[in-house]
Amino acid sequence: MVFQKIECTNKLAELAQKVRIDVLEMVYGAQSGHLGGSFSAAEILVTLYYNRLNVDPENPSWPDRDRFVLAKGHAAPALYVVLAGLGFFPREELASLRQTGCILQGHPDMRKTPGVEMSTGSLGQGLSTAVGMALAAQLDGKDYRVWVLLGDGELNEGQVWEAAAFAAGRGLSNLTAIVDYNKVQLDGPTVEVLPMEPVADKWRAFGWHVVEADGHCVKDLLRAYDEAVAYNGGPTVILAHTVKGKGVSFMEGQAAWHGAAPNAQQYEQAMKELRRDLECSR
Amino acid sequence: MQSLTMREAYAQALVALGERNPNVVVLDADVSKSTRSTLFAERFPERFFNVGIAEGNMMNIAGGLAASGKIPFVNTFSFLLTLRAGEQLRTGVAYPRLNVKVAGAYCGLSDSFDGPTHQDPMDIAVTRAMPNMVVISVCDAVQAKKVVLAAAKYDGPVYFRLNRNAVPVLWREEDPFEIGKAVWHARGRDVTIVATGIMVARALQAREMLAAEGISAGVLEVHTIKPIDVDALVEAAKECGAIVTAEEHNIIGGLGGAVAEVLGEHVPVPMERVGIRDVFAESGNYDELLVKYGMCPSAVAEAARKVLRRK
Ligand SMILES: Cc1ncc(C[n+]2csc(CCOP(=O)(O)OP(=O)(O)O)c2C)c(N)n1
Ligand SMILES: [Mg+2]
Repeated sequence: MVFQKIECTNKLAELAQKVRIDVLEMVYGAQSGHLGGSFSAAEILVTLYYNRLNVDPENPSWPDRDRFVLAKGHAAPALYVVLAGLGFFPREELASLRQTGCILQGHPDMRKTPGVEMSTGSLGQGLSTAVGMALAAQLDGKDYRVWVLLGDGELNEGQVWEAAAFAAGRGLSNLTAIVDYNKVQLDGPTVEVLPMEPVADKWRAFGWHVVEADGHCVKDLLRAYDEAVAYNGGPTVILAHTVKGKGVSFMEGQAAWHGAAPNAQQYEQAMKELRRDLECSR
Repeated sequence: MQSLTMREAYAQALVALGERNPNVVVLDADVSKSTRSTLFAERFPERFFNVGIAEGNMMNIAGGLAASGKIPFVNTFSFLLTLRAGEQLRTGVAYPRLNVKVAGAYCGLSDSFDGPTHQDPMDIAVTRAMPNMVVISVCDAVQAKKVVLAAAKYDGPVYFRLNRNAVPVLWREEDPFEIGKAVWHARGRDVTIVATGIMVARALQAREMLAAEGISAGVLEVHTIKPIDVDALVEAAKECGAIVTAEEHNIIGGLGGAVAEVLGEHVPVPMERVGIRDVFAESGNYDELLVKYGMCPSAVAEAARKVLRRK
């Protein structure tokens, strides 16, 4: 059973925009954290947690729960907002992001934050971890699913392709990878840092079922999830086309906003834009 | 008694463990014939995963399995587990404190003919610096079986290093093995040789050489490098006032380093380290390499004489 399941796409879109607002607040407050990759993943995380994942905030280690691994661990702020929203921990914790003694580490820590399935942040490892979880489900004859969100820059890591080959070889139909396909990584556009195109063909060549989606359109994401779940011939990857820094005009598509914290003026401007879009979406 | 190789004994113990515990799973990276994890693969094909030549992937898959209630034993050469997949071990296993057992095959110089690319004089140094890790150095085939059981029983990440070859057996089936508890093989008045792995047997030989000269040397086996048995080391240092460490590892960062840290803080006494002296070795016959690189019994005895002169 999906906890607090939301079917209404308008409501999901609104929640995603609220996630951006909370993330901006947190990163501005901490003066540290990753906005660009959190904003691009907002709709993905909201649709997963409010519409798809079988998880129970009252019982985070329920053995039959679906698993979600945030391979691109630097989007932790967005994940934290979603987990707090579902009640895994009090929303008041959000203000403590990255502060000494807090439960919300700079990157996800499964031992500190309820609801976090795996400690991540070192790119390239998450898909392998998810593969391990999917194998365990098979061994135990359980029908939970494993979802993992990767960055498109993260695809540079050779280990991603080791895991991709293995998952396909094992026919892990209970595994869905989503790529936050925002075309930007830390140092610049992915085409400039290390061209990986054609990305879809690469996944296909590794034996994966490929689904493309608009990563900011909740309806399209839900359709992609349906398609992934329905496919039984092996693992599916959803290439979710997104915009890094989505929602803030001066951050969109800018590698400079990968991991920078805004000053007061930038914060005001960004907040104004996010709030305005939230009003329009209502 | 040089019957079973340590790796064969390990693999047999793994099968026995698998019979009793259905949560035990085994991973290998295309060297299962070498590590002998192939024994487990034959008995429990559904619980064995050969990931191919992809060590980092293997380590994180193990983490995912452990996070889902399995007890994965991860196998390949020790240098690949601790260096190639070392970051995955640190971030994906040690940091989240996952219940993964890492079996470092072909430790030290034991893959002697393959040469320095495959030999591993630094796995203890690497794993010892990882918080949450238990680090064990196995001394013989009997102990290998006990380590498998103890590691499985312990909830958390364990690294243990295994020798490739048949080595003299010191342990008896009835000897109790406890993680973190050093073992006295012999007491001495003048000096204590603190040894680990295959150097325990060699330390006992050195002890006999020294006895012939009227020197009384004890032998303390420290199989668990971390957490190290501080009490036993302090007792040894107080009793003899001189310590020699002996390991098949770089003298930097391994047992010698760990013991020096303890003595320095608790009982500073003269100490000498026997081990690989911060060099890459070479291809060759295993026993010849152990002599050439300073890990034969006479090298241990010489270190004891030297430390006694400093007393
Ligand atoms: C192994 C590793 N190398 C480098 C980094 C530093 N780093 C953090 S985020 C990032 C860029 C990630 O780009 P991408 O995967 O495209 O993520 P997104 O655009 O969604 O933020 C880098 C290089 C890291 N966390 N891990
Ligand atoms: Mg990107």
